[in-house]
Amino acid sequence: MSKIDGNLVCIICPNGCRIRVSGSAGSLKVEGHACQKGYEYTVKEVSNPERVITSSVKVTQGEIPLVSVKTKNPVPKTRIKEVMNVIKKARVKAPVEMGDVIIKNVGNTGVDLIATRKVNRK
Amino acid sequence: MIKKDLVVIGGGPAGLAAAVKARESGVKDILMIERGSRLGGILNQCIHDGFGLELFKKAYTGPEYASKFIEKVESMKIECLLDSTVSELKPDKTLTVISPKGLLEIKAKAVILTTGCRERTREMIKIPGSRPAGVYTAGCAQNLINLLGYMPGRKIVILGSGDVGLIMARRLTLEGAKVLAVVEIMPYSNGLKRNIVQCLEDFEIPLYLSHTIVEIKGSKRVEAVVIAKVDEKFQSIKGSEKTFECDTLLLSVGLIPENELAEKAGVEIDTVTSGPTVNEFNETSVQGIYSAGNSLQVHDLVDWTCLEAENAGLHAAEYILRFPVSPLSGIRAIGTNGSQSPVSSRRKIEDRKPKTRENLKTRPGNGVRQVVPQYYSGKSDFSISLRVSSPCKNKNIVVSDGSKIVKKVFLRQLNPAEMIRLALTRKEVENTRGLNVHVQD
Repeated sequence: MSKIDGNLVCIICPNGCRIRVSGSAGSLKVEGHACQKGYEYTVKEVSNPERVITSSVKVTQGEIPLVSVKTKNPVPKTRIKEVMNVIKKARVKAPVEMGDVIIKNVGNTGVDLIATRKVNRK
Repeated sequence: MIKKDLVVIGGGPAGLAAAVKARESGVKDILMIERGSRLGGILNQCIHDGFGLELFKKAYTGPEYASKFIEKVESMKIECLLDSTVSELKPDKTLTVISPKGLLEIKAKAVILTTGCRERTREMIKIPGSRPAGVYTAGCAQNLINLLGYMPGRKIVILGSGDVGLIMARRLTLEGAKVLAVVEIMPYSNGLKRNIVQCLEDFEIPLYLSHTIVEIKGSKRVEAVVIAKVDEKFQSIKGSEKTFECDTLLLSVGLIPENELAEKAGVEIDTVTSGPTVNEFNETSVQGIYSAGNSLQVHDLVDWTCLEAENAGLHAAEYILRFPVSPLSGIRAIGTNGSQSPVSSRRKIEDRKPKTRENLKTRPGNGVRQVVPQYYSGKSDFSISLRVSSPCKNKNIVVSDGSKIVKKVFLRQLNPAEMIRLALTRKEVENTRGLNVHVQD
């Protein structure tokens, strides 16, 4: 198993804790985090880093041309490009409610893409 | 002349939070005036997530965050005038409003200014070179991409590492553009550290610290920008130039609080923050005019904008209703028999003398750039917001009354990009004659 030894910045909240992480998967030593979320982020970040993707999708017959969207949960960093390609091609018809699923299981990540705002019909 | 108890100017997060709080505190007759076609302000185009961790303990996107307040404003039936601009505010709180209904004259008992910021432009920072198309402010590009669906360009250089610039570096990359460089004149970034990580490092976008743009090339459209290293005096170093071929330059070089109305109304402005000077009740030098949000001081976090605005809403309500309102419950702190409940930490309205603010001052001292509020009464608990002048580590923020230390807080990381908030109690400040806020080992 490969040795982990490095520094990272927690991106969970604006505190941006500077975290020191060493050891190997399964027996990680994490220092400098102010909360449990920071610990969990660090463990995830050194094994399978994930991000929430936010973007926008074209709306037809809407009062505005785009609806903002996000992945309901974080998706693996390595899949960001694929997910963006799917989002780019997507179209949705107004009305859209906040929280509506725009694309189910986006890019086969197991995560839904949902609307983050409401768009009324024109 | 239309009469209103409270007019809130600006329907962004600060205006929404202030209006909701004022209504919760008992003000019935509220009018919110918004220049745009919808409420929510800049949050509408901030489609990225990470808003609300402080206030809601959850990460929301900008539109989601705004909707929390917009829904409240709607359910409370707070009157909103959209597509409308206030062209004048007088010290007696008379407003002239240009609206779809025509020119309106409104007389308010109190006014809350939540007018936000404008972006600094190329002209304001004097970048040499030709004047081609393709130079945008970062917020303008954000509006084009996120709300209108247009890409401003394909090969991008970003000047300035403020949060909007960093967020746009990621956004443009996700949309298929190539961000060649983020160029920052200071030796440190002006953005939140987490944005450096998730917006630049995640996408391997290079950040050039202590660099600036010395020339923009191109006749019709931007064709290239030339960057150079700068010395300690921010002068470009000859021979260090580097050219990036690109079609677009984004500027993320600072925000300027918008206070034209405040200035015309005779409100005293702090030359450091570019916002009004206020006391701990968010009241400006003109009685009954309050200020909060980015037009008071540029914030990094919308949660703090909203907390500040709620404070303004609460105290505007007190001013209008003429007796103290409980700050916690938002319910008027008055007993059924008409007697006041013990809200001892707050002054009574009668204490307020027109035009003469209780003028105990807070002052930024060594290592501190700015402090808000600039005045305090010494009769209530309050929070101060401050920014340090330059990044440092393992220092104390000290609040002192010349002779004695009122508060001392140890911080590991002090960064000008990250606002620091300190809570002070009435007990700590009641016998002070002004507060000096400084950085100490």
